[in-house]
Order: sequence, then C-alpha cells, then structure tokens
Amino acid sequence: MKAIVSVKRAVDYNVRIQVKPDGSGVVTEGVKHSMNPFDEIAMEEAVRLKEKGKITEIIAVTIGGAKNEETLRTALAFGATRAIHVKDDGGIEPLTAARALAAIFKKEGAQLLIAGKQAIDDDANQTGQMVAGLLDIAQATFAGKVDIEGNKATVVREVDAGLETLEVDLPAVITADLRLNEPRYLKLPDIMKAKRIAIEATTLAELGVTAAPPVKTLKTTPPPSRSKGVMVKTVDELVAALKAKGLA
Amino acid sequence: MSKILVIAEHADGKLNAGVAKVLAAATQIGGEVDIAVFAVDGAAVAAQAAKLAGVAKVLTINNAVNDHPLAATLAPQIAELAGKGYTHVLFPGTTFGKDVAPRTAAKLGVPQISDVMAVHSATSFDRPVYAGNAIVTVEAPAGTLVATVRLASFNAVAETGSAAVEAATVAGAAPAHTRFVKLEAQKSARPDLQSAAKVVSGGRALGSSENFKVIFDFADKIGAGVGASRAAVDSGYVPNDMQVGQTGKIIAPSLYFAIGISGAIQHLAGIKDAKVIVAINKDADAPIFEVADIGLVGDLFTVVPELQSKM
Ligand SMILES: Cc1cc2nc3c(=O)[nH]c(=O)nc-3n(C[C@H](O)[C@H](O)[C@H](O)COP(=O)(O)OP(=O)(O)OC[C@H]3O[C@@H](n4cnc5c(N)ncnc54)[C@H](O)[C@@H]3O)c2cc1C
Ligand SMILES: Nc1ncnc2c1ncn2[C@@H]1O[C@H](COP(=O)(O)O)[C@@H](O)[C@H]1O
Repeated sequence: MKAIVSVKRAVDYNVRIQVKPDGSGVVTEGVKHSMNPFDEIAMEEAVRLKEKGKITEIIAVTIGGAKNEETLRTALAFGATRAIHVKDDGGIEPLTAARALAAIFKKEGAQLLIAGKQAIDDDANQTGQMVAGLLDIAQATFAGKVDIEGNKATVVREVDAGLETLEVDLPAVITADLRLNEPRYLKLPDIMKAKRIAIEATTLAELGVTAAPPVKTLKTTPPPSRSKGVMVKTVDELVAALKAKGLA
Repeated sequence: MSKILVIAEHADGKLNAGVAKVLAAATQIGGEVDIAVFAVDGAAVAAQAAKLAGVAKVLTINNAVNDHPLAATLAPQIAELAGKGYTHVLFPGTTFGKDVAPRTAAKLGVPQISDVMAVHSATSFDRPVYAGNAIVTVEAPAGTLVATVRLASFNAVAETGSAAVEAATVAGAAPAHTRFVKLEAQKSARPDLQSAAKVVSGGRALGSSENFKVIFDFADKIGAGVGASRAAVDSGYVPNDMQVGQTGKIIAPSLYFAIGISGAIQHLAGIKDAKVIVAINKDADAPIFEVADIGLVGDLFTVVPELQSKM
C-alpha cells in the first residue's frame, strides 16, 4: 500500500518574523527555512506505519520552487521511499497544492495521504481537506492517534470539545496534529543516503492541473504591537494594579 | 448585493456561541444573511439562531445523515445549498469550521479565506499569517467566497432578532467511507475557554497534573476559564482541548493570566487579543514579560495562592 506525504518548505518556527517596511510581504531571504513542523509529524507517522508493515511505500511530495528540494531530502532522510517535486515558482495556494496532490494520488493509486494540519507560514489549514473533497474520499483531520487495520483507519481527532474518534475506509486523507508523535532526530548516515536518491520532477501542466484563481495579497502589515506594561513587585501591588483597571 | 450563508455549528441541541460572532462578520460584509442548520431535527437550534440580530432566514436541513457533523457528509450539502444564489459561505473558525469549510470550497472549486479578522469589503479581508506575526489584507477572486471567521476578532451580535425559520432540502447521502465512533468531551462546570471573560493558563512550570490544582483553584475563585500551554498539555497535566495558541484555541478574554508560561510566539498567537495580560514567572527575562500588561517575577507556588486569597 502506497502512502503520500505532502511536505512544505516554510520559514523555521524559531525565526522572529519581520514584515518588510514597504508592506510587500515578510522577509524570507536569508532566513532559516525548514520542513513545516506538522509535515515532519506526518512523515514520522508514515515511517512508523511502514515499520509496522501497514504501508509499503512512502512518496514525499512538494510543490514549489527549486529550494523545496531540501525539504524532499529531509523527507528521504526520514525514510520516504520516493520523492516527487512539482516544480512551480508561483505562490502556491492551498487549492493549487491540493489539485496537484490529488492528481498524484490518483496517478500513483495511493491509499493514504498524510498531510500536516496546517502550514505555519500561511496558517491556512485547508490543503488536506481540499484533497479529500476533490477525490471524494474520507478525511480525518487533526489526528492525535492513527491505527490502520487492513483497509480501515481509526483516527482520534483533536477537536474543540475534546477527542473524537472516526473510523474511515481507505483511501483517505489524514492530517497530523501536534501530539500525533514526536519526530525522530535524523541521523547523519540517513541524511547522506538521502542525497543519493533521485528526485522525480514534474510540473502542474504535466499533471494536468490548472492553478487556482489566486487570492491576491494587497499588503502585509505587522500586528498591532502591545505596549510594554508595568512590572509589580508584590501580590498586593498586582491586586492594586488590577483594581485600577477595574478587574479585581 | 451579497447573499451570505452562515453555517451553524451546534451540539446537543445548542447553537455554538461562535455563530453569533460569525454573524457580526457577515453583518459587516452586508447584504442578506441566512443561517443553515444541518441536523436530524434542527428546530431547537434554529430557534436560537433566529434570535440573532441581522438574520433574514434560518434554514433547517433535517436529515438522518446529519446526526454527527462529518465533513464528508456536510460539504456536498453545503455546496449544493450555496449554489442557490449565495455569494458567501461563512463558517466559525473552530475545529468544526476548519474541517468542513475547505472540503466545501474544493467542491465549489474556489479558494478559501481562513481566519477572517477584519472586513474591508465584500471581497477584501484581513487575516493573520505566521502565527499572527503578520497580517495580510487579501482580495478574493470572483466566485463563491468561502471563509472561516476568527472568533476572537468579532463581538457577538445581540439576540434581538426574530427571523423566519424555513425547511430546505438538498440531496444528502451519507458516504459509507466515514463512521463516527465516539466523542470524549471534557465536561467541566468552568466557563468555556473560548468565551470566558477571564482565563487563567498554566504552563510547564506546574510540573504535574496534581500541581495544576493551583491553577484550577485560582480560576474557580475568580470565575475564570482554564487554559494551558502546549508544554503543559504534552506533558499530560491537562487535556488537549485546553491548549491556547497558534495550534490550540485563539482567545480574547478581558483578563488573561499566564502562569509559569515562557511566552513562545506560538503561545502568544493565541492571546494577542486579550485586553489585559498578567504574567507570573520566576524568570525576569521570560519573553512573556515583553507582552504582559502587568508582570510579577516570583514562584507561582507562593504567588498564586496569595493572589487567590487577596482577590
Ligand atoms: C508548530 C508549533 C506549534 C505550536 N503551537 C503551540 C500552541 O498552540 N500553544 C503553545 O502554548 N505552544 C505551542 N507550541 C510550543 C511552543 O513553542 C512552546 O514550546 C510552549 O509554548 C512552551 O510552553 P511553556 O511556556 O509552558 O514551557 P516553557 O517554555 O518550558 O516555560 C516554562 C516557564 O515557566 C517558568 N517557571 C518555572 N518554574 C516556575 C515557578 N515555580 N514559578 C513561576 N514560573 C516558573 C520558567 O521560567 C519558564 O519561563 C508550538 C510549537 C510548534 C513548533
Ligand atoms: N506547496 C506545498 N507543497 C507540499 N505540501 C503542501 C504545500 N502546501 C500545503 N501542503 C500540505 O498541506 C498542509 C496544510 O497546508 P495549508 O493548507 O497551507 O495550511 C501542509 O502541512 C502540507 O502537508
């Protein structure tokens, strides 16, 4: 059984984001990028399922510019068996990424897509659900636990009210939440080995995919900054400060 | 003119409090606003929705397949209903909305705007990116506009309306591939984290689920909801539905206590709209003090009980 894992290159989660003074976006040049953290969790889950013999092949897929190759190398170091790079220099939006992933899913006859629940750059939280909708297959988002038995997956989902359990027939899309697992540290030999695996390149056109109508970004601004408050020395001062604001 | 469809999230016969905030966003877009209630029998929920100010009609779509809110079941029904002349389909930015909206957008072949935090026009909105460290103003392309609304950014509309309730029908078949098994909901008598006026959150510093009692006791004294950092949730001190932040709940209480929480950007993303942030941390250099309105350096295990006795 083949599983696809979508992996996106994003500004590293530790980077302090700077908005460009001219409002044209955030500074991404010369800034550390990594695999989107939720995609690391998705990769880890796929590798564990493969180790348990539940799936046989893991195809990592990324859609984006030349630098996304690094992200695929990371996926291969995790243990992806193949890597597909959908080369595109446009600003890839969730619906376009979803169309490309759906096309590859069909072409490969995959049974499972594991995606991150959201990309920490656009924070869209859309792509996995869109793939499931385009393919009319089951979806289990925000997964905190996944069990696969034959062609059924039992997924515990992290929802606002608590934990919801769904049972879905494969093929299905699962999106990974934070507590699904803790991704392994990549070992140097695995990173070296990953360098020798050929990356398969394709394009949206080759996949027969048209880019979605873009949501235009008119401007980017920093959030309103909170002014630095006061430091109090004792609990009594804290209570007094709250009283002054009408909060105690 | 815009014709807006708001999807009513509900559970156990109760309309989700977020729907009244989605209504506020819909009212700012302007035009005619209808609410759709998908349920087995939506009468009770529809009656609550009908009271929200600014609603033209409440549509009930009663069908046995709507027993549990499953994206695979709801998205095709919503897409079909949207096809009846609606320009906008709005969902609350909850785990429900985030699950169902993109599947609906895919069915309609349109992009989605996630987490609308301000409305400029019927097609232009602000939304947060990079954990709220940048705000983008976007312009949606032509076509049905599907969006989720960031609840912390809008105030609920009043319950002064009396909209008509009508039954609507759409083809709705339950896909055989998805089965609801169970929901383990955390039952709590405390105010709901997402709508509480006061919230007390604890972090990794609490050290154990037993110690978290310090937070619960203080919260109960002041009638607050209780939240937590990811580290506290991951360490198993409290359940996942209490996580506040980029990937947990985004909240906007009038008063927020961050206790034994360092103030990582992912945590701050969830509390940017809190009116007053109070931080208690034993490390004077903790980043939480950069955003706190009132900061106190000290050991939470002595400070919090003292605070509890004095408030
Ligand atoms: C993709 C991604 C998404 C994330 N999403 C979220 C999210 O939604 N929400 C979230 O919270 N985090 C999130 N995180 C994690 C985040 O980066 C931090 O790791 C987390 O918030 C840290 O939790 P903490 O502040 O409780 O723990 P720590 O950073 O360990 O801080 C503990 C604090 O307690 C203080 N302390 C210790 N003992 C005492 C004492 N006795 N009295 C007073 N103070 C004391 C310490 O000085 C320290 O500042 C995310 C991370 C990633 C990568
Ligand atoms: N350009 C892309 N390349 C690969 N995967 C993507 C891309 N965009 C989104 N994804 C996947 O979809 C998930 C959710 O992204 P988003 O909908 O943008 O928040 C990510 O965690 C990835 O797994």
